[in-house]
Parts: sequence; C-alpha cells; structure tokens
Amino acid sequence: MDFKDILKSTEFGIFIAFLALCIILSFANPNFLSYYNISTVMKQVSFIAIMSVGMTMVILTAGIDLSVGAVLGLVNVLAALFINKFGLAPGISTALLCGTFLGFLNGIIIVKWDLPPFIVTLGMMNIARGLALVITKGWPVTGLPECFGCLAEGRLIGIPVPVIIMAIIYILGYLFLSRTIWGRYIYASGGNEKATWLSGVNVNKIKVLVYTITGFLSGLAGIMLASRLSQGSPITGTGYELSVIGAVVIGGTDLMGGKGSVLGSLIGASIMGVLANGLVLLGVSAFWQQVILGLVIIIAVAGGSMRRKLSMKGEK
Amino acid sequence: MKKKTTDKYILEMENVSKTFPGVKALNKVNFNLKAGEVHALVGENGAGKSTLLKILAGAYKKDTGVIKLDGSKVEMTDPKHALDLGISVIYQEFNLIPNLSIAENIFIGRAPRKQKAFVDFPELYNKSEFFLKKIGMKRDPKTLVGRLSVAEQQMVEIAKSLSFFSKIIIMDEPTSALNGSEKKTLFRIIRELKNKGVSIIFISHIIEEVLEISDRVTVLRDGNYVGTLNATDTNPREIVQMMVGRELKDFYPKIEVKRGEVVLEVKNLTKKSKYEDISFQLHAGEVLGFAGLVGCGRVQVMRGIFGIETPDRGEVLIKGKKVKTKTLLETIKMKMGFVPEDRREEGLILSRSVKDNINITKLPEINSHGFVKQKEEENIANDYCKRLNIRTPNNKQIVQNLSGGNQQKIVIAKWLAINPKILILDDPTRGIDVGAKNEIYSLINNLAKEKMGIILISSELPEILNISDRILIMREGKITGELKRKEATQEKIMRLAALRN
Repeated sequence: MDFKDILKSTEFGIFIAFLALCIILSFANPNFLSYYNISTVMKQVSFIAIMSVGMTMVILTAGIDLSVGAVLGLVNVLAALFINKFGLAPGISTALLCGTFLGFLNGIIIVKWDLPPFIVTLGMMNIARGLALVITKGWPVTGLPECFGCLAEGRLIGIPVPVIIMAIIYILGYLFLSRTIWGRYIYASGGNEKATWLSGVNVNKIKVLVYTITGFLSGLAGIMLASRLSQGSPITGTGYELSVIGAVVIGGTDLMGGKGSVLGSLIGASIMGVLANGLVLLGVSAFWQQVILGLVIIIAVAGGSMRRKLSMKGEK
Repeated sequence: MKKKTTDKYILEMENVSKTFPGVKALNKVNFNLKAGEVHALVGENGAGKSTLLKILAGAYKKDTGVIKLDGSKVEMTDPKHALDLGISVIYQEFNLIPNLSIAENIFIGRAPRKQKAFVDFPELYNKSEFFLKKIGMKRDPKTLVGRLSVAEQQMVEIAKSLSFFSKIIIMDEPTSALNGSEKKTLFRIIRELKNKGVSIIFISHIIEEVLEISDRVTVLRDGNYVGTLNATDTNPREIVQMMVGRELKDFYPKIEVKRGEVVLEVKNLTKKSKYEDISFQLHAGEVLGFAGLVGCGRVQVMRGIFGIETPDRGEVLIKGKKVKTKTLLETIKMKMGFVPEDRREEGLILSRSVKDNINITKLPEINSHGFVKQKEEENIANDYCKRLNIRTPNNKQIVQNLSGGNQQKIVIAKWLAINPKILILDDPTRGIDVGAKNEIYSLINNLAKEKMGIILISSELPEILNISDRILIMREGKITGELKRKEATQEKIMRLAALRN
C-alpha cells in the first residue's frame, strides 16, 4: 500500500474526522488533553473497542451479533461467581470458556438451521441476559478478591491494563484479518458467499469461527468489567451491542459485508468515546449526549455511502 | 419483408461524443435509423454500445453532437423524456416485478383509475390483452410475471414498450437468455413489429443472428464509429474483422491432442426429475462437449459431478478413485475445477481484488500455520495475469471494474492455480467480446495439450462443434447420443437434442 492508497482509504477519512474532533475539544476544554482524562477515556473505550474486533469480523461476513452486550453481562456474573468459588485463574478461564461457547452456539445455530443472524443473536441476547438474572436473582455478586481489581485498575509503565489488553487484541485481530487465510476467507464470504463456497471454502466453518471469536471477546470484556466494578452485575453491558455496532459502522465497515477493517472500528470506538467524554467536559446533559451520538452514527454512514457513490462514478 | 422500410430517417445521430473521467466512451459517432428498420449495433465490450444506448434512453447526456428525431433536433433530459419521445429500451436485465401480474407490470405507475384512487382492473386487463395480442402472446394478463419463462418475460417487456406507442425499441442482448425456439419467436415478433413500422436497434454479440435479423449493421470499436453495412452485402468474417480491427486468422483454433488415460468416470449418475443414468468417461487431453437444448439437464449433471447439488444415485471416479462425499470440498481436493455459467454470482467476489480472486482456491497450499505467504500470492496473481493476458492495471484492481472477458479469465485462472486434472467450463464465453472468446478457445486448446481433461458446455453450437474432440448430446435428462468431432454437424446434434427418437 503506497501513500496515495492510504490517503484514499476510508480509515484515513475517519481518522481525520477523529483528529478534528480532538483538536476542537482540546481548545474547548484544556482538561481534555490531561493525562488523567486521556487515560480515563481510553480505558472506557477499551471495553467497547475489544468487542468491536469480533463484531467487525461478524459484519464482514454480512452477519450481525446482537448478543454481545448480554453475553458480556452473563460472563460478568459468572466470572464473579466462579472466582469466589474456584479461585482467580480457574474462575476467569471457566467464565471465558462460557462466553466462547455462547458465541459458538450462535454460529452453529445460524449455519445448521440456516437462520438469519439477526434473529438468532436476538434470541441469544434474551437468553443470556435472562440467565444472568436467573442465576443472581437480580442481585449483584460481590466479595471479589482485591487482587482481581488489578486487571482493570492496574497500570503498566503508566498505561492502564485494559488499554494494553485492547492493543494486543487489535494487533492480533489486524494480523488475523489481513495476513491469515481465515481473514481472506472472511472477506471473501462477505463479498460473495456463494462464489466463495464454490471455490471450495467451507463458508459455514468461517461463520462459526467469527461468532465464536466474538463470544470470546465479549466474555473478555465482561471479565474486565467485573474487575473494574469489583462485582458481577446481571445488568452490565445493557445496550452495549448498539455501541459496538455503532463503532464498527462509524469505522467504515459495510453492513452488507466484505468491506472494512479493525483499524476503522478502533477509530470508530475512539470517536464515540471521545465524543461522550467531550460532551461531559462541555457540560452537555447525558440525555443530549445520546441524541448527538445517534446523529454521529447516521452522519458517518451517510458519509460512507456518499464516498462510495462518488468513487463508483469516478470509475465508470 | 423489406418493403415497409422507407428511406426517411426517423432517428439521426451525428458526431455524438461522450467522455467519462479518463475515458472517451464515444468519439464522434454517427448512427441513423429508418422507419421500420432493424439496425444492429455491434462491437466488443467497451466499444461504446451501452453508452450510445444510454444516451438514447436519456440516462446519460451527450457532451457534443446532434440527435434528430423525424428531422428535428432533440435533447433528451431524462429517461421519462426519451420514453415520451417514443424511444424505449429493453435492457438485458428486465425491469419487471415478479410478484405483480403481467398487466400490472405493463402499466406500472400509470394504471387506469376509477375515481382517481382505485385501479380500474377490467380496463387494465383489457388494455393489456390488446398489447399482448399485438405480439401474439397468449397469456392471461392476470398471470404473475414470476411464473413466466425468461422468454415470456421478454415478451412482456416488448408489450410494455408498445403500450408507450414507442416508435423506436432498443433491445440490448435480447437473445442471450433464450433457447433456439424462443429465439425464433422473438425474431418473428421483431419482423412483425417492423412491418408495422416500428424501428428496432438490436444489440448482440452473436454475429450470425445479427445478420439473420437486421437490415443494416453498424460497428463500433473503442468508442469510434467504424462503419455501417447492409446485412445482405456482408459476412460474419468481415464484421468480426471490423470489430477487432485486425483479422482473426483462425476464429476456432483447434489442435489435435492424442488422448491419454481416463481422468473422470461417471457411472449411472441420477438425480430425480433432473437427470437419469448418466454414464461417460473423460480422457486426459480431451475436450468433451455437452450439447442440448436449454433445460436438457446438462448443467445439472455438471453441478452434480462437481458436488454443488449432490446426486441421488451413481458414482463419480476421479483418476479411478471414488468421490465419497460427492461434495465440492472433496472434488476440488481431487483436482477438479468448475467455471460456472454466472460468473458475477457464482464465479467471482466482485468487491475483491484480482489477486484475492485468483488465489482463493490456492490459499490452503500457500500458507504456513495459517499465515498467507504473501510473496507467493503476489507471484501467482502476476503469473496468471501474464499467462492468460488478463488486462488490468495491477493485481490490486477490484474485479468489478474489469470487462467481462477479463473477469472470465480470472475465474479460469483461479482454477488453473490448483493444477486441475479436470476442468468443467459452463458456457465460458457467455457475454464476452469476440477477442476474448478467441483467447479462451486458444487457452482450452493449450490446457488440453497439457493433458487436462475438459468438459465444455456452451449455448453456442458452433463453439461446441469446433472446440470439442467428442460431443455428448442430452435431451430430457438423458444422454441421447455421442458424436466424434469429424462426424458431428449442427443438424445431427439438433436431431439428437430436440427430437424424440
């Protein structure tokens, strides 16, 4: 990829928008650029951003996963319960496994019964959220060991641990999508599922894989949130699915599948995080924040579709 | 038949030019049309036929030049305007809504009303019936369009054009989806329209049929006007030469290859109500043609062998080894490739690059622990672009932007990449220009020379006759005959393909 390609890429356009936003906010409120504020924003962004890696892959195959917030909630509760019962390491890994399994289940049901991902994951969203409430009877799970808090509150060379985890997930996600054969297959099956299958690719396996990865990452975010709040709460992550999908879409990934990148989703998640933070700093009420975030999602998608139309005209 | 043709021009286009960013799509093109004339427009892909068509249809605006209708200058502003001026277009992809009736489709958006709000159905059906009768279509106008065959849908499109009282009907590749008898019906309708004074612009790739139906032929090449000929004074060879700008020495090259061992054996392959007891052998270095009318089951047989739609009974053996699961995941591993008829839907990932498309079958081989060997990927793409003469600025180009011929070569390239022993080609030259066709024929020859076994299905009989070593003919799901290259003629094939006993 040479310099010209980078300038023309969707990600670059979004990045410029992100930079502009940061510059405006730093003028509007000098506190925006403080170390404390930046690290808080990044930490907040990290939970959504981690799930966005999985969601990007799902959307690249022209699917959708509405269950990420609920899976996060269930794993959040399970992690707290298991850690209290079995100890730190076994607790965390069992909870992670549960999240991964729920994702796997999404994938298997979608391919085996040939059902629309929207419906299957909508069902899973209700099941997971319901189970979290059933298990806890609606009460938060407390009494977690203090050292568990380090996962979310600790710092390494001044960087919050969740941000480091996020960086690792993004590097792995980026390599996976751009360098491995599975990444190639994900883009291919989103671009044209039938042609990909007719080329001898087991498209069903690829689909199960992306939902499983998403389940795993939702679980990971759930555990990190349990550490952050030092409790497991059955309502954690309510509505996160929309933030995650919003981040991916702002990042330029095409809901029709086949086009997009995790890099875009990272910028998308950052725009949403910075915007929310900036609005707080500017003293905008929480209710208005929602309205503005909604507008940003629509404008971002409209911008993307205009770019596409323009570039198609140019090619004709 | 030609007596209705007058010498008065109903349409004249003079020095019409159109430029798109970076491309001169039309360069001072002249075209005229007499009342009651069938005037064919031919040229390779990218010659400017579609641009010309879209300017007439009001979809594009010309940059310079003059368009005259009945001698007076006009400027088409939009498609509606062109329609009002009496010009209608029947595109290759029909503009019909399958879950509406024939009548509703003909009068879509302008159905007769009662009290302004309600559709006057009796009137709607009466009017539709009138236009259907005009072209001799005996269908109830209440029938849903989705229930009609492609040929009948096309007739609905023609009836729709007539309902606008169009004086000029443009048909873009109207025969591409029709079988032999449907084509005859279409030509009959065209002749009747002509006798009623309707003028037709006929766009087609198939030179023989152009000469059969049209009075005059205009050739375009690279956006330039090459010339206009009377159909009776010319021959296919001359037209092809004008289209490509050079003489194609041998349009159907054929090298005799000594055939080798059996690479594919099919035994009693059966799929209920599709095909029955299909048995044959394919040898290395052999091109085996499959002929038959549309719907004879040859395409289904190939899809069954490759493992797209699993057959009910029977065996497929590749180099003597049985295909156990009868799915394509297994046949591909056993080195079989399949170039599908519909390259846009089934052959290509249009939104991905040339490189990605060529390598999709090859990825299992060119990775280490799942990581793609990017250098090899690059080399394979460049290698096949060169070998198959795929014209693309570079291998990162999105496939969508390439011409049909180059797209088809990419589909073939992705199969060649796995070094197949057997390659099934389902209508590989469909909708691609003459030059690229010729290149694909040469390629088939070379592959046979390299001891590949090739099965060829084609909608064009001359293609099968000239390229195959041996031809199997199918009718109603059964093989009805086998002809050697030397003994095969169109008549013999048609007799086996169309007649019962």
